Amino acid sequence: MKHEKLLKFGGHEKLLGFAGKKTFKLISLLIVVCLASFWLIEQSPIDPVRAYIGEMSVTPEKQAQLEEYWGVNSPPQEKFLNWAGNILKGDFGTSLIYRIPVTDVIKEKFTASLILMAASWLISGILGFILGIIAGMKRGTWIDKIIKTYCYTLAATPTFWLALVLLMVFSVYLGWFPIGLSVPIGVTADNVTFLDWLHRLILPAVTLSLLGVAQIAMFTREKLKEVLSSDYVLFAKARGEKGLNLVLRHGVRNVALPAITLQFLGFSELFGGAVLVEQVFSYPGIGQAAVSAGLRSDVPLLLGIVLVSALFVFFGNTMADIIYEFVDPRIKQEEAAS
Amino acid sequence: MNTTVTLKKGLFGRLNLRQKTILIICLTSLLLFVIVISSLVLGGESLPTNFGFKNLAPSLEHPFGTDWMGRDMFIRTLEGLGLSIIIGAIASTFSTILAMILGLLSSAGKKTDSFVSWLVDLFLSIPHLLLIILISIGLGGGAFGVIVGVALTHWTSLTRVVRAEIKQLKTQEYVHVSGNLGKSRWWIATKHIFPHLIPQILLGTILMFPHAILHEASVTFLGFGLSPHEPAIGIILSESMKYLSAGYWWLAFFPGLALLIVVLLFDMIGDNLGRLMDPKSAHE
Repeated sequence: MKHEKLLKFGGHEKLLGFAGKKTFKLISLLIVVCLASFWLIEQSPIDPVRAYIGEMSVTPEKQAQLEEYWGVNSPPQEKFLNWAGNILKGDFGTSLIYRIPVTDVIKEKFTASLILMAASWLISGILGFILGIIAGMKRGTWIDKIIKTYCYTLAATPTFWLALVLLMVFSVYLGWFPIGLSVPIGVTADNVTFLDWLHRLILPAVTLSLLGVAQIAMFTREKLKEVLSSDYVLFAKARGEKGLNLVLRHGVRNVALPAITLQFLGFSELFGGAVLVEQVFSYPGIGQAAVSAGLRSDVPLLLGIVLVSALFVFFGNTMADIIYEFVDPRIKQEEAAS
Repeated sequence: MNTTVTLKKGLFGRLNLRQKTILIICLTSLLLFVIVISSLVLGGESLPTNFGFKNLAPSLEHPFGTDWMGRDMFIRTLEGLGLSIIIGAIASTFSTILAMILGLLSSAGKKTDSFVSWLVDLFLSIPHLLLIILISIGLGGGAFGVIVGVALTHWTSLTRVVRAEIKQLKTQEYVHVSGNLGKSRWWIATKHIFPHLIPQILLGTILMFPHAILHEASVTFLGFGLSPHEPAIGIILSESMKYLSAGYWWLAFFPGLALLIVVLLFDMIGDNLGRLMDPKSAHE
């Protein structure tokens, strides 16, 4: 009884320590990301006032007002403190392109991207895992060779080119999917039916999934190879277990956790892939918003997206850490033993 | 370095796999070399524009077809590939130098070590593509922006490798013995540690190439990299998007495929070199 209590207490303490360390890391990371990205933009030849005015004609008074609003004439550190202070209050400024608060833009675009990324994350994870298990089980056979070739090729494929090829085949030739624009022409965003929207999600999600399969499949294959040459599998074989049953009982369980961890660590690549895919398919997500913000000098939106993407990657890494520290039974057991 | 050379000499011609590996490396390197040279030769003169031959489908005369100005896509692709390889080479070289410096720095002491790992974490915290875009914007775009952007984002993995390798080497017995015999730290670093690092660094640089090339093409495709006048693959592909619905599939298909093949070639060289350098698999 007493021992159990102690263990529980220990676990609790560990959890608190873990959470504290992570929070500290997140805060320091966000501060540095803010500083660095702000400095980079400050270095660039972007003029926020001119970007804001764009094609409009303005009076000199209005321009002076705008310059004051953007703090063009104040020193950079003052500008930064001003911006950082606003962010702490939850105010990311107003997007120059969309003319609405940055937080609203990010909320809307990120939700769309999140659905795309989540779908391809799941599909690529499951498909990659299954392919990896098959390749590992049938090592050296033609099926293994096919899967290996597929993975090597996909790992070398430019994301945007695959997207372009799929777009050409399925949208232009077969006409199964619309070319570009997530919302049909003449329909406002609110009136899009769920099916319409799903229709436009399929190709981008398929592209991202196809690319994501490579890494996870190769990793699973290697891990399974390791497991299958271990002593406990040899023992299981000696007991008479064999074939699919053996792999399912001893292989899959041991490979699944590291594979899921790896999949969580891939959030950064996933985000990069989403940026490219969204651009090709004109999917109105955060990646497309980032590209147009960059091209049209929408500084507040770009900085906001950089921060959100850093949070997103951090979340993925933290999930991987949690799995490693708390979920993996081997590590639990080691702690209990010590 | 010497050891690898003698190994190659001693075993060349006897072992089948080794022969094959070396042959693959030579052939792929030769192919890449030819691409770069031909693009450099072709780059001197501007492509003939012939509006009589615009938007032709692939034929024997124009294997990759022609574009909206009647330019031959095969030559444009070749020039783009050469440019990609050159940019990849410059960026990878700088990245490698950065990785070496930071890897050595991390082995210098505990404080510098935690600083380097903090730096690695920081650079991995923003999606690579977004970071390259940000750096490229900060530097005002163009070739310079992309090269710096790619160089500054690809050193992390090699730094980790160098750091781990040095850590492992430092615990080796011969290093301790050397220290006890009164050899200076510098002597140990140059005579004992550095020779072991060279193959790792060489391999790391070659394996960095594909990533660098793909990232450069992606960033250029999005419009943050090379200017539209350059014959880059990213530019060619983003241009082709305008003609997609017209059905000019060859504008996008072949240049992308060529890029894919170049990246695969680099992967192949890297894998084969790795197999050659790894003492465990070198004798198979």
